[in-house]
Amino acid sequence: MSIAKPPLTALGWVAAALVALAAVSIFAVAPEDADQGFSQKIFYVHVPIALTAYACFGLGAWKAYRLLATRGERYDLESYTGVHLGTIFGILTLVTGAIWAKASWGVWWTWSSNQLVLFLVLFLFYCAYFMLRFSVEPGPRRERISAVYALFGVALIPVSFFAIRLANDFIHPTVFTREGPQMTGEMFFAFCVSWASITLLAYVMYRVELAGKRTDANLRELREALGS
Amino acid sequence: MSSGEKYVAAAYGVFVVVVLVWVAILAAKLARLERETGELVQLARARAETDDRGHG
Repeated sequence: MSIAKPPLTALGWVAAALVALAAVSIFAVAPEDADQGFSQKIFYVHVPIALTAYACFGLGAWKAYRLLATRGERYDLESYTGVHLGTIFGILTLVTGAIWAKASWGVWWTWSSNQLVLFLVLFLFYCAYFMLRFSVEPGPRRERISAVYALFGVALIPVSFFAIRLANDFIHPTVFTREGPQMTGEMFFAFCVSWASITLLAYVMYRVELAGKRTDANLRELREALGS
Repeated sequence: MSSGEKYVAAAYGVFVVVVLVWVAILAAKLARLERETGELVQLARARAETDDRGHG
């Protein structure tokens, strides 16, 4: 039994409304941070983007697993789209992180932070996915090789996510601890709305991009069938 | 504008710009798909006319 997907147009409007609500809650509701001042507002875009990048890579890996388990051809494009969007959000994570680092620490990048370096490793690993994918002729072999690679990369996600806690990283801040989120209720609300809006926006982007790639593939097949 | 505000504007601006670039790339792709679909429709019509003449 398959679950019906919500209509894309409605999802797009909900995402737009959530983005607007997030902007209001970040700049009008959430108070300024006592330590970092106004620059702490970057937190509300940087962390949700990073979590969305992890989710996209995870989705790409899940679809890769489904391809390997069921041999379903459609999972190849789904996995590829997930990795592609993960890479876009990965670039955004690195750029917004660098801007926040410059505002807070006075440097754009520091190699001594395990969290930063491991995220960069994860990002570069998935960048190499595209080189691998496009170096193999289209077909079942490429689908399998891409799927195995995407699946391997998922192991780096928990390593990157928990690196800060495992390595006692004092440079990169830890906001979510065992005692709960270290912020006020308004800040947490703004963060949750921002996270929901960016995740939904990414899902809409995923659906749109997948539809485009499927149409492209169908047209190519039609062109071959017509022998043009 | 304070330096903190500049950094915040830069971070949010990068996010907006990347999403807009993605939309622009997708719009270009959609235009290409539309053009290719039109070409294939013309080709299919031409084929159908040739077949009709062949049968007639």
